[in-house]
Amino acid sequence: MKRRNLLAMLGAAFVAGCSKIGETAWFGALVDGAEGWHRGLHRGLGFGRITMAPEFDRSEVSPFFRGNGNVEVDSDEYRAHLAAGFADWRFTVGGLVDRPLSLSLAQLKALPQRTQVTRHDCVEGWSAIAEWTGPQLSSVLAQAGVRPEARYVVFRCADSFRQGPYYESCDMDDALHPQTVLAHALNGAALPELNGAPLRLRIERQLGYKQAKYLTGIELVASFADIGLGKGGYWEDHVGYQWYAGI
Amino acid sequence: MDETITVPKVRKRHALATRLWHWVNLVAIVILFMSGLNISNAHRRLYWGDWGFDRADAWLFVPNFPGWATIPNTYSLAAARDWHVVFSLVFAFGLAAFMIASLVNGHFCRDLRTRLADYRPAHVWADIREHLRLNFDHAGAKFNFLQKVAYAKVIFILLPLMIVTGMAISPGMNAALPWLADLLGGRQSARSIHFLCAWALAIFMVGHVLLVLLSGPLKQMRDMITGGRDDEAA
Repeated sequence: MKRRNLLAMLGAAFVAGCSKIGETAWFGALVDGAEGWHRGLHRGLGFGRITMAPEFDRSEVSPFFRGNGNVEVDSDEYRAHLAAGFADWRFTVGGLVDRPLSLSLAQLKALPQRTQVTRHDCVEGWSAIAEWTGPQLSSVLAQAGVRPEARYVVFRCADSFRQGPYYESCDMDDALHPQTVLAHALNGAALPELNGAPLRLRIERQLGYKQAKYLTGIELVASFADIGLGKGGYWEDHVGYQWYAGI
Repeated sequence: MDETITVPKVRKRHALATRLWHWVNLVAIVILFMSGLNISNAHRRLYWGDWGFDRADAWLFVPNFPGWATIPNTYSLAAARDWHVVFSLVFAFGLAAFMIASLVNGHFCRDLRTRLADYRPAHVWADIREHLRLNFDHAGAKFNFLQKVAYAKVIFILLPLMIVTGMAISPGMNAALPWLADLLGGRQSARSIHFLCAWALAIFMVGHVLLVLLSGPLKQMRDMITGGRDDEAA
């Protein structure tokens, strides 16, 4: 019995110690370093080709696409847009671009479209397969003319959590990736509110929390240090999720 | 080649590479297992195939793991993933380094190789009987048959499976090596196998520690730290 108590004490001390270490600055730096290693391996193992998330056959689509995070937007403005079929919804492109844009859904749909059946992987562990349609982010960026000093794209959203509006960001590698799409259709129908109407991001080599919903626009920046709490996304700021969501 | 090496006094019972890896890997595995239990708490269902999110799709409902068993000691998917992300690298590169070193220093060929004759039921049964009598004498070889099989299974099957299933779950790695998830039957199958192998490893570890405790724990621990002497009767 004594020995068992000792073991339990050692175990508790170990767990408590780990929890303490987890809060230190040097452990945070270690995590950032490891994140970079993983990302380097993910890109390096592509051996020079652009790595592509697997695409599936339309027959493999999940019967229902689960909504997670916010599943509706609690604002009168959004509800008015929803009722009007998003006829006056605007998607703005600003920041470090030559030509800031304000695009309607019709204008986005007039761009060349990409349809892809991909698997959505939530950070929690579940997955769902769906078909997404929309213009590639790269064609919107080409229209706006990205300035050379731009390094990240920040995605602005209409939905909010307790500590403020949702936002996310990615680097230019993912922004210009062929599978990075501003999706307005899910499984061939207009994107429902549950899944981010009228526009959501698909950034297929990363986890679900990167797939920002209810998009109102993007901003090109050289650094996201001054945006939100400076970690590059709502959950990164408030819960501590890793900015590189490819792991 | 083995016969030409006739200087047993010089050789340690455990090579430096084995000892280093043993302890580094212990830390990595304990942290990965306990942070993994915290991650498991985020979505307590397992599925087969590529996708799954609903109760109806699940093949297993996983219990909630209490704080004393998880890292950190309260539910935090973000912090648990941090630990997992750091120590997965330690674990994977550590195993790769140990494997290369053990091929070079002959540990695998000398100590873990089994022969077809070893699998004869009479031989296996004899080995089990000796274990039950707590007689751990191995007549010359470093390990007995059951030990060889257990260690080889862990080193060549379980540990590599932990790594490849972990890689298959990661969306960034999945884009680089999509055949990996296909080979494992889809991402959710990979996640299920990851979970099952983690528990298989936990069970191995309980057995491993138990047998060390039954076979002279102080000497065993000392040898795994200092290397010990090869010519000692193990």
